[in-house]
Amino acid sequence: MIRATGPDSLLVIVPAFNEEGAVGDVVHAVREHVAGTPVLVIDDCSTDSTIAVARRAGAEILSLPHHLGLGGCVQAGYKLAYQLGFEYVIRVDGDGQHDPADIPRILERLRSSRCEMVIGSRFVNGEAAHNGLARSLGIRFFRMVLRPILGKPVHDPTSGFVGVNRRALDVFSRSFPLEYPEIEALVVLQRKRFRFEEVPVKMLSRRAGRSSITAVKSFYYIAHVLLGVFVNVLKYDRRLRRAGSGG
Amino acid sequence: MDRLLDVTTALSLLLLGMVLFSVRRAHIRVEYSVSWLVAAVAMLVLSLARPLLDAVRRLLRVPDSPLALFLLGGGVFVLMFFRFSVIMSRLRDDNIALAQRVAILEYHIRSLGGYEN
Repeated sequence: MIRATGPDSLLVIVPAFNEEGAVGDVVHAVREHVAGTPVLVIDDCSTDSTIAVARRAGAEILSLPHHLGLGGCVQAGYKLAYQLGFEYVIRVDGDGQHDPADIPRILERLRSSRCEMVIGSRFVNGEAAHNGLARSLGIRFFRMVLRPILGKPVHDPTSGFVGVNRRALDVFSRSFPLEYPEIEALVVLQRKRFRFEEVPVKMLSRRAGRSSITAVKSFYYIAHVLLGVFVNVLKYDRRLRRAGSGG
Repeated sequence: MDRLLDVTTALSLLLLGMVLFSVRRAHIRVEYSVSWLVAAVAMLVLSLARPLLDAVRRLLRVPDSPLALFLLGGGVFVLMFFRFSVIMSRLRDDNIALAQRVAILEYHIRSLGGYEN
């Protein structure tokens, strides 16, 4: 069983759905770069041998009884991490796109900045990224939408390579967007007046499988995320008004 | 016009029959069947009671009675679909929380060594 050891304990969570081709290498790489850190693979009811591969690679498994989607899967990991008393959690996707060599940098920033979330960003140093046109346009669009809401620029709002501390864990284990959670999660944090920072990371090509966001789904994605952001902003405003009238 | 009202009468009877049959077969829970039953009975009564339908037409200020009936029926169904969307959303949230809880409990049990997949 994984345990939080000490006040600075870190857990790496790896949400995975049918990632038998990549998850083993991801777990090995995490264990190599942050030796001694427990790795929890949250299996979103895969139909392939993701669980067996991850277990053989040395990960602990949190196995969901049925498919919940990315947000529900990540939140299950946050809930367990919070229950077990971890101070920091870093999420690394199971498809191999995130380079575990960047984990120490994210952890260091979480500790030194004391902000609630650190995002591993492809663009923070202005690096060119290997994205399709549609995705690049989508990222630019959401940067513009989020800028006035967050009160500061966010370079890579769709990055899933994020680290959170225990204060954010507390919030996310109670309230976390269930579909396409990355952008909405930033607004949830903003509602709590939490802070985030970005550190430059390298994104790799997927080792196996395909992205779940197809061309058609990308329109649904934009509408869904915009609505989620809008709803969260409304909640934020209502809370501020209530606080204001309360004196 | 009478032909249209005959059609809505038939549709109301069909809906009523379907709902009652589904409740009897336990395909739909009683608490979720009530709104359908009320809607079907209301449609049936309005299709059969012409003076009542005319009163509704005057109230809605529409030119003819069948149109009033369809507007009313459409409005009721939109409200019902909305209500079911609210119920489905709540059930989905409960379902996700429950699935996460099951997974975490299984993890703890497995960690204690008393359970293997």
